[in-house]
Amino acid sequence: MNFSLSRAMLIAEADLVGIAGERAVCDRRGVLYFPDLRLLAVSDLHLEKGSSFARRGALIPPYDTGATLLQLQAVIADYQPRIVVSLGDSFHDGSGAERMHQSFRGRLEAMMAGRDWFWVAGNHDPEAPTDLPGETVQELAIGSLVFRHEPSKLRVEGEIAGHLHPCARIVQRGRSVRRRCFAGDGGRMIMPAFGAYTGSLNVLDRAYADLFRLETLVAYMLGAERIFAISGSMLRPG
Amino acid sequence: MTEQPRLAEQNAAVLLPEPFVEWFGKKGWSPRVHQLELLAQAQGGQSVLLIAPTGAGKTLAGFLPSLTELANRPRRKPGQAHRGIHTLYISPLKALAVDIERNLGKPVEEIGLPVTIETRTGDTPSHKRQRQKLVPPDILLTTPEQLALLIAGNDAKRFFEDLRYVVLDELHSLVTSKRGHLLALGLARLRTFVPSLQTIGLSATVAEPDELRCWLVAQNPPGDMAGLITVAGGAKPDISILDSRERVPWSGHSARYAIPEIYEAIKKHRTTLLFVNTRSQAELLFQELWRANEDSLPIALHHGSLDVGQRRRVEKAMADNALRAIVATSTLDLGIDWGDVDLVVHVGAPKGASRLAQRIGRSNHRMDEPSKAILIPANRFEVLECRAALDANYLGAQDTPPLIKGALDVLSQHVLGVACGGPFDADLLYEEVRAAAPYAALERETFDRVVDFVATGGYALKNYERYARIRRNKDGLWRISHPSVAQQYRLNVGTIVEMPELNIRYVRQGRGMAGRGGPVLGKIEEYFAETLRPGDNFLFAGKVLRFEGIRENECVVSNGAGANIIVPSYAGGKFPLSTYLAEQVRGMLADSDRWKLLPEQVADWLRIQQEKSVLPKRGDLLVETFPRGNRHYMVAYPFEGRLAHQTLGMLLTRRLERAHARPLGFVATDYSLAVWALDDMAALFKARKPSLGQLFDEDMLGDDLEAWLNDSWMLKRTFRTCAVIAGLIEKRYPGQEKSGRQVTVSADLIYDVLRSHEPDHILLQATRTDASAGLLDVSRLGEMLSRVRGRIVHKHLDQISPLAVPVMLEIGKESVNGGANDTLLMEAADLVEEAMGRA
Repeated sequence: MNFSLSRAMLIAEADLVGIAGERAVCDRRGVLYFPDLRLLAVSDLHLEKGSSFARRGALIPPYDTGATLLQLQAVIADYQPRIVVSLGDSFHDGSGAERMHQSFRGRLEAMMAGRDWFWVAGNHDPEAPTDLPGETVQELAIGSLVFRHEPSKLRVEGEIAGHLHPCARIVQRGRSVRRRCFAGDGGRMIMPAFGAYTGSLNVLDRAYADLFRLETLVAYMLGAERIFAISGSMLRPG
Repeated sequence: MTEQPRLAEQNAAVLLPEPFVEWFGKKGWSPRVHQLELLAQAQGGQSVLLIAPTGAGKTLAGFLPSLTELANRPRRKPGQAHRGIHTLYISPLKALAVDIERNLGKPVEEIGLPVTIETRTGDTPSHKRQRQKLVPPDILLTTPEQLALLIAGNDAKRFFEDLRYVVLDELHSLVTSKRGHLLALGLARLRTFVPSLQTIGLSATVAEPDELRCWLVAQNPPGDMAGLITVAGGAKPDISILDSRERVPWSGHSARYAIPEIYEAIKKHRTTLLFVNTRSQAELLFQELWRANEDSLPIALHHGSLDVGQRRRVEKAMADNALRAIVATSTLDLGIDWGDVDLVVHVGAPKGASRLAQRIGRSNHRMDEPSKAILIPANRFEVLECRAALDANYLGAQDTPPLIKGALDVLSQHVLGVACGGPFDADLLYEEVRAAAPYAALERETFDRVVDFVATGGYALKNYERYARIRRNKDGLWRISHPSVAQQYRLNVGTIVEMPELNIRYVRQGRGMAGRGGPVLGKIEEYFAETLRPGDNFLFAGKVLRFEGIRENECVVSNGAGANIIVPSYAGGKFPLSTYLAEQVRGMLADSDRWKLLPEQVADWLRIQQEKSVLPKRGDLLVETFPRGNRHYMVAYPFEGRLAHQTLGMLLTRRLERAHARPLGFVATDYSLAVWALDDMAALFKARKPSLGQLFDEDMLGDDLEAWLNDSWMLKRTFRTCAVIAGLIEKRYPGQEKSGRQVTVSADLIYDVLRSHEPDHILLQATRTDASAGLLDVSRLGEMLSRVRGRIVHKHLDQISPLAVPVMLEIGKESVNGGANDTLLMEAADLVEEAMGRA
């Protein structure tokens, strides 16, 4: 079958990352895929962020929702997941789903068809997008994994979270490179923000204090063609 | 111009009111011919452009029409309404406005005129601004940004209804930038308020005076011009190039070798002004001078990144003649009157003949005495450049840049500003805008797109109608849709968009990041701070500082010491070599007779080059190739300035990559460009795969440029500037950063999304126009490529040539990596693998 072939090409054994015993692919486009569960996780879509700014007078281009959905469509087509978890802040604000252009809504619904879709509540969108299909949850436990928007203060093995929009920075040959990244220590994984207009916060910022075992922290930085796993000791703040 | 003193005296009696004649007499002066002529033309209802060298009494000339008119004006009776502004003075620098207030106040007081003069700048406290609106001064001294703000006020029309004159100082420097566009639009607005308004432009000598004459008056009919008065230059300046006892270095910009000689010169003069081209050079020179300063002479530093308070203190000390020397960048370039300067030292090459003339004009503010200046070339190419500039200054050559068409981001800002001031009719506003010279050729369709952009963003996807900032009502007039739009506009007015900067906050040593905040020393560009590690020492405001870390929007530092001090580089402040001067340098290289004028060691350098390689003829382009280590080098000598060379370097490496020469990087200076590769490029040229002519073919400016541009950080940086000016994204203010990067939308992300969804959007158009003209210098590169067609001289060598040494020494200092940033990530990832034994 076509898509199983494409999936096989995407997943090489060496690229798999262990999280609390489960194996996952950190995709360079910023999604996490668990082949054994056929589960795709994506975080912080922030759909309709453009129009949210426009409401307050900053008329930034209204193409972010389209761009984000296009990218999401591509990864879903590649992995053909059975379950999709949108890890919160799926919409930039509570009325984002209402504002969404009809054509985008159609595209989103087409993507959702035929698979289980979970909207995890986020701080930007605590209420579920009522008129969209899919199930709204505060958090979601599957196997040894727990999916929730904000990482919990206490250490939780197998927690997959978003919210913080991690990025990492290295300095090499006097030049600084900053990229979005997955941040994980083998027990917990914080996902990069997926939305086209989402910014990012360095994993060495105070906001991440106590979330990771520093000696095993790895930033999986998103490259143009692949992921780069950079150990915590190489990273720079700012 | 021939001086006719008798005529002048007669005219003076007719034109000048009695108290002025008395005042001139008491001072033992007589009004200068150009001052009276300007007065006569102004009184005849004309707008006038006055072109005069420094020290010609330009300022007084510019204000005479206002002062004489105000002297004769009947006094306001008690109970009568306050009158509006009579004269608006606009200068490019806040410091200049403050300076003029001081200089103009004196004669006004001595003549006993009932005239009030006040400044209004970004530093003016809000209670004073409020008061100025209620009780306007007769003469208001301000900047283009403040004018834009005044125009956007809803009482603008009333505020300006008594306006008679607008005096524009340092016009030659105002008109060449986007600030000039904003100002031109503001003037057009003022003319709509007061059609009888007259302008008086004060300018240094420029290449094309007619451009400025048009700029000063409404362009209906197009080509209409203000009157012109030209004052010939004063005494010929006494300029010399330092003929150093020391060895002039091959490369670099510090001129460290000349410090003892510079120090001697300072000791021999009353007050010395030292000009450098960049802020980092200023820091270095200042540091070195203090190291040599055995007599503890009062030597100060002045550049744009320093804290305002410190700058004002230096300016004050300078005016009080309390300093023996001051190291400065272009912040002091313009016509600020510093009294007793008797020597100008220019460290580094001046990059343009006109700029040199301007800076030398700073010394000895009396026209009839020669100004004295010493040029200190920092390296051997700069010796050639200084010599060329010196010849040009004697010849009175002018290389001020030509004016460019009005920018659309600025127009967007202005349209919103007009709407904030009150409802507008699009047809009338279009006519008004076209009366401003930079926008004289603006098409109606483009104007309408700008209005559409201001209203809803102007996107093909019509999603934002309900969020429109301005709306067209039933009466056909455009109005802002909510008062908050005006508030937002006021916060974002202006065209100067700095790179993101961090405050430098001083804490006590040993306290680290936990230290309580001490004073702010100034600002530093964010990208520089990002390359520092805690514990690094760097030079700022003449002090060695230890980098502690970044806290919110602040760079925390303590006292530093030791070796390995880093000097911050600043993105701004590097001028490219002017076309005119480049031409002169090429001429000098080709003509061995002129080498006599050069210091012996430099002439020697050229002779050895002649022997070992070749020196190009005036119109030729020399390209040398040679192996070195296990690399192959290609060095070209176009002399077109660093920006054009950088663009050329990017395009050449792309082509060489396609030819499988495996290029590794390149470095560009003002004079030459070096590219290095793993493969032998000379062999490629010989096999015509490609030939050198094909490699340098003009067609690189087509697809290659387009493809490279789209991903270039330069275009992103330019887009950010345009987006801020056009009001799409807000300026970043210190303190806002606290909310964190994840809350705002970065300009880079907007750029990526807009480019893939609406590549023809008006803001992307504006960005491309700006980038080609500014950062990329595409037009200059294009002219060069077409000039050297069929005139490329290839010289293959066994080893590096003398002429190639300067650019080769720059390698490693600031080379540009051809590849993408992913290579760096790969290196970092591999390092880890290696260390962990997994590779």
